[in-house]
Amino acid sequence: MSEAREFKYVGTRSIRPDGFDKVTGRANYAADLDLPGMIWGRILRSPHAHARITRLDTTRAEALPGVMGVATFKDFPAVSTEEFQSGEGSTALNDLARNILADDKVLYHGHAVCAIAATSEALAEQALDLIDIEYDVLPPVMDVADAMKDDAPLLHEDMFTEGLEEKPSKPSNIALRFELKKGDIEQGFKEADLVIEREFYTPTVHQGYIEPHACTVRYDNAGTSMVYCSTQGHFDVRAATAKLLDMELGKIKVVPSEIGGGFGGKTTIYLEPVAMILSQKSGRPVKMVMDRDEVFMASGPGSATRNWVKIGAKKDGTLVAMQARLCYEAGAFPGSPMRPGVMTVFTPYDIENAFVEGYDVVVNKPKVAAYRAPGAPQSEFACEMLINEIARELDMDPIDLRLKNAAREGTQTLYGPKLKKVGLVECLEAVKASDHYRSALKENQGRGVAAGFWFNIGGPSSVSINMNPDGTAILIEGNPDIGGSRASMQLMAAETLQLPLDDVKPLVGDTDVLAYSGATGGSRTTFATGMATIQAAEDIVRQFKERAASTWNVTPEQVEYANGTVTNTAGDDSMTVAEICAGADRTGGHISGRGNINARGAGPSFAVHLADVECDAETGRCWVVRYTACQDAGKAIHPSYVEGQYQGGAAQGIGWALNEEYIYNEDGRLENPGFLDYRIPLASDLPMIETIIVEVPNDFHPFGVRGVGESGIIPPLAAVGDAVAGAAKINVTELPLSPPRVLKAIAEGASA
Amino acid sequence: MKTHVTTTINGEEVEFLCEPHETLLDALRNHVGLTGTKEGCGSGDCGACSVTVDGELVCSCLVLAPEAEGKSIGTIEGIADHDKLHVIQEKFLEHAALQCGICTPGLIVSTKALLEENPNPTEEEARYYLAGNLCRCTGYDKIIRAVLDAAETMKGAA
Repeated sequence: MSEAREFKYVGTRSIRPDGFDKVTGRANYAADLDLPGMIWGRILRSPHAHARITRLDTTRAEALPGVMGVATFKDFPAVSTEEFQSGEGSTALNDLARNILADDKVLYHGHAVCAIAATSEALAEQALDLIDIEYDVLPPVMDVADAMKDDAPLLHEDMFTEGLEEKPSKPSNIALRFELKKGDIEQGFKEADLVIEREFYTPTVHQGYIEPHACTVRYDNAGTSMVYCSTQGHFDVRAATAKLLDMELGKIKVVPSEIGGGFGGKTTIYLEPVAMILSQKSGRPVKMVMDRDEVFMASGPGSATRNWVKIGAKKDGTLVAMQARLCYEAGAFPGSPMRPGVMTVFTPYDIENAFVEGYDVVVNKPKVAAYRAPGAPQSEFACEMLINEIARELDMDPIDLRLKNAAREGTQTLYGPKLKKVGLVECLEAVKASDHYRSALKENQGRGVAAGFWFNIGGPSSVSINMNPDGTAILIEGNPDIGGSRASMQLMAAETLQLPLDDVKPLVGDTDVLAYSGATGGSRTTFATGMATIQAAEDIVRQFKERAASTWNVTPEQVEYANGTVTNTAGDDSMTVAEICAGADRTGGHISGRGNINARGAGPSFAVHLADVECDAETGRCWVVRYTACQDAGKAIHPSYVEGQYQGGAAQGIGWALNEEYIYNEDGRLENPGFLDYRIPLASDLPMIETIIVEVPNDFHPFGVRGVGESGIIPPLAAVGDAVAGAAKINVTELPLSPPRVLKAIAEGASA
Repeated sequence: MKTHVTTTINGEEVEFLCEPHETLLDALRNHVGLTGTKEGCGSGDCGACSVTVDGELVCSCLVLAPEAEGKSIGTIEGIADHDKLHVIQEKFLEHAALQCGICTPGLIVSTKALLEENPNPTEEEARYYLAGNLCRCTGYDKIIRAVLDAAETMKGAA
């Protein structure tokens, strides 16, 4: 994209096409499908954080009238250690299986052990009580630092740290060590006038989607089995279910429901293969719906981390050395987002000397899942807190310090490529120029600023567009619409087809109607699926011209297409799209367009946030009084939903900074698996969230799009963290900044 | 032993059979086929299951189904007049006040109750009234704007 382009639909605030169904209650989510003859499945979960199962006997449960099937780990055909890619991460298949139903050991409180299907949900629940199970309880390991100790109890006796030069002589809880380096870190620190180092802690947090995991599954021995579920990637659900159960991929159809939030947490599977086993055994369709406490105990969450960062700067603010040691909890099985944490931690800065090492560590908590920019909020929090401290030590404006060192086009990243055109400088300048940044703070208030970087991804997407005989278009995308993607596909298709917006009807197709599409994740949908949409629409326009040309007996080069009409430049003929489509059976059959791509060139999206926080020193309560989220969208296809991504990311990040954490007791039992005690931000907790959309086009997308879904959750941790430090006059190294923690820090400060 | 319940839902008389321990939410979803009311928590913390019982806003997961006997229940399915959306619904769409949409039915039912009680809420009043309706996608900004705009519009129409 070389020059600014005039758009007719792109950039407008259209009414989303799926909106009517969603405001009237018609839209069907995961728990909304019943099938004839359907029965219900429930899961028995471990009351222990770490234990060996010594006895599991389901005889009494199976004898209960109405019980129709039981599933345990033994029902998985032998699964391999092959890595299974889904969404933004990968898991070994046998770990995936053992997470879905425990093998010989339970590894966290809430770990699924056994499932029962019965004619009603209440009966299935009752049958769970009749399962005879005994455990040999083992000591739990609940913190990454404890888990890394030499004498720590082991979760997996056969796990040896990977990524070391030599295979270690004994097993440990450290699954992987990974490092990246650049320049000469020792020399860099020698050149520094100021060196600061600190360790930061971030807690286990949950994505907190309001819709619990749920599915309805019908096994069909002869034909196609059906899985109806809420997922960010139904093609990945199909592949995972097929692999785990040794079924033919083509004999499973996954129908995605409307999705009630995911944020990365619905890129993996929990219930679907279990329901399939139960359906196979009972010969009935099986519905399974998690309770909220099951969602907290056994799905998600995001990694807790202990991250040490050391930064060296010159007196003029030039950053000369950056070092980090990042320790991520993976939960019960390897696969934390440590690697992206390592890759992103220092990317907002153009730095010559850097060294980062990361550790992926198992603990007795649920296996983590992707959570919005997985891994980046934790590592960048540590870096950004230190950058603000350096600004204070050097008596520099924190935005000026960032501008002086900001990554820009041509910056060599630590993780590999040189950055293409990016918008960090533009975001910093926009925030600096904002009314918010110039406004005065009141008593007991503090202000924090922070930057955030996320790569964004591309990958495979498929779109087909079918023209109806009346000239309207049906657009089928393969990406569950989690935040308005049907609206953005409709805008991009109408723009390219040059047809009225209402003439394009977008829908999400199941795995049987469309070729593979990667999951809705990695901020990829508007970018990659958008490119497939544009390609499919261009395919249609080409056919419009061919059909008209053949009607007039001229070449396609002799016709022009604009605003729904083809005209013959060699004569005075013209045909509307409606006429072409109505007569399509006379010119070669009806018209479909396809876009199948593996999108390259996803544009990274930088964000800069500004937070004002007030503190009540008596109670330790801190709350956000003003907030600005600024981010580079490349091109905002639907500005309202782009703003919505910024605001939603900010709100989740604010929750992470101020309130949210898993609280475990000394036995490793989760004490707050509900929305009352795991408190996500309420309407009354937040102010309006001001947004600034920066548009530095991504040249790899025809309209300039960058993904916008994830970066917005990164800066709030440090922006709010630093604002709390200012408001409460405390040092901040741990999240969340909940009243007890803040109060304690105030008291320690006062006594110091 | 199932309980027979006769109640009014969105102005229509409805009968259903339920277990005595079942919630109104379960009855609406599983026995009456009104799945617009959602379950997010089952403990009255998220508001996705908001309905009105004789005009009072409640979490239907905290009401036992037999309690609906003789009452008048209002759900999301009764807010629009056939294909004609209620102003609140229109404003939610105009302001892009939903992303995934799972909390939307509950929020719309709650907003209607709010505006019936207080047709002219301040931003703070709206935020506190709706504090029982969790939304994880939007950060509430666009929801609150939609609610305040709906209040303005409804005042103008009255």
